Amino acid sequence: MNLTLKIWRQRNNADKGGFKEYKVTEVSKDMSFLEMLDVLNESLTEKGEDPVHFDHDCREGICGMCSLYINGKPHGPLQTTTCQLHMRSFNDGETITIEPWRAKAFPVMKDLVVDRSAFDRIIQAGGYISVNTGGVPDANEIPIPKTVADKAMDAAQCIGCGACVAACKNASAMLFTSAKISQLALLPQGQVERKTRAEKMVAQMDAEGFGACTNTGACEAECPKGISITNIARMNREYFTAVVSSENL
Amino acid sequence: MSWVSKTLNSTLGRKLLMALTGLFLILFLVVHLAGNLQLLIPDGGESFNIYAETMAKNPLIRVVSIGNFAFILIHVVYSIMLSRYNKAARPIGFAESKANTNSAWASRNMGILGTLILIFLLVHLRGFWYEFKFGEIPTAVYEGVTYKNVYLIVAEAYSNPLYVLFYVVSMGFLAFHLSHGFASAFQTLGLNHAKYSPLIQKVGIGFSILIPALFALIPIMMFLQA
Ligand code: HEM
Ligand code: SF4
Ligand code: FES
Repeated sequence: MNLTLKIWRQRNNADKGGFKEYKVTEVSKDMSFLEMLDVLNESLTEKGEDPVHFDHDCREGICGMCSLYINGKPHGPLQTTTCQLHMRSFNDGETITIEPWRAKAFPVMKDLVVDRSAFDRIIQAGGYISVNTGGVPDANEIPIPKTVADKAMDAAQCIGCGACVAACKNASAMLFTSAKISQLALLPQGQVERKTRAEKMVAQMDAEGFGACTNTGACEAECPKGISITNIARMNREYFTAVVSSENL
Repeated sequence: MSWVSKTLNSTLGRKLLMALTGLFLILFLVVHLAGNLQLLIPDGGESFNIYAETMAKNPLIRVVSIGNFAFILIHVVYSIMLSRYNKAARPIGFAESKANTNSAWASRNMGILGTLILIFLLVHLRGFWYEFKFGEIPTAVYEGVTYKNVYLIVAEAYSNPLYVLFYVVSMGFLAFHLSHGFASAFQTLGLNHAKYSPLIQKVGIGFSILIPALFALIPIMMFLQA
């Protein structure tokens, strides 16, 4: 396949940035999207040009590092991570537009790389549980109904990629935050900090400058891990219950 | 900051106010429609005029009416606040967006739809509510009692095809606003449950079609009868 890539290039956070077009030739349909970018970068490096910077790590769809807004959709046309997207999803001769995540809370650092540490700070604000130190507890010591464990596991699938923020017209981080709150609120181990957690994580989410939710459902439709917006409803319940009943004045 | 103002200033708190006021307005629509449908009773406006005056004199209805104005105001003020806040969350937009592949058009344009509804509301209130309260209105006498003949004002307005068109199109905007808003308000309140949510969604779609359609039917029928 021969492709034209329209890629966002930006030297650093202060730079204004702009699109630049590149031609790539002899792309195999079996390449992943990131491998296709590797091919482009090799040719750029050989020419002595600055390669296109983009985030990636596991390339197995489990770490959440890869991002990219491809042809108007986060992680491209399929509901998967960019590393799991293959060139067979594109046509020969196509022009592919590649942009970084756009959100005030995700500043562009270079080219397609954005700073997603806002997510880390939301988790630091309350995404943890208190446990006793000492001997390893027995597995299945605390009985948890299968349905509850399943829901918690579903929420825990979130890999923190930020596609939900990119998909949302309001750059809202509610799908992410609600997944993290739900995962712990559902389990017995998460009860100690339950109310304070909801209050603190929502406060941090707001402080980072993510937008509010209009319930469009775009996040759920684009999330590579299929996180459901029922988690957002749960977060709202958790938060409203917490603010009226917690000890935090 | 007290916990109350802190909560109401959070994104979730603001959305809570949007949802509660929105649901109240939905309830109001039903009551309002029930009253308006009396315009279609072929008695020269007698039932409607008596109903309108009885409502205006009832102290409880007066309180509800003031509450209703307050709720519209809160809904509008918070919709402006949220829209600005949400816009600020993405200062630089995407060059290309396929948002239509992941979400419904109405859900992405609640602000525009709301603004169009607001324009309708202002025209509507100026034409009927303001006239009824402060305008010079002809009277009608039923069984020895004198009533303001609002029916006449309404009938006159609906004899104008442009007004009827404006009314009907505005009900279209309301339908789209509700097609997302109805179920969305429940989601905002955290009321999402596998047992009830499918039903809420269906009722929401039915409501968003039926109520605006019945509202639109009134001016159309009165225009045709005139
Ligand atoms: C009879 C009139 C109206 C009714 C019944 C109504 C109802 C609703 C409902 C139920 C919602 C969903 C709330 C939620 O998502 O939690 C909503 C959202 C909204 N309404 Fe209205 N509304 C009306 C008029 C207006 C007006 C006049 C405006 C603005 C000028 C407006 C602007 C909005 C906006 C912007 C949202 C979306 C807020 C967001 O989630 O970001 N609405 N409305
Ligand atoms: S909720 Fe989905 S889209 Fe959002 S960060 Fe988690 S995995 Fe990514
Ligand atoms: S690189 Fe790890 S999920 Fe894509």
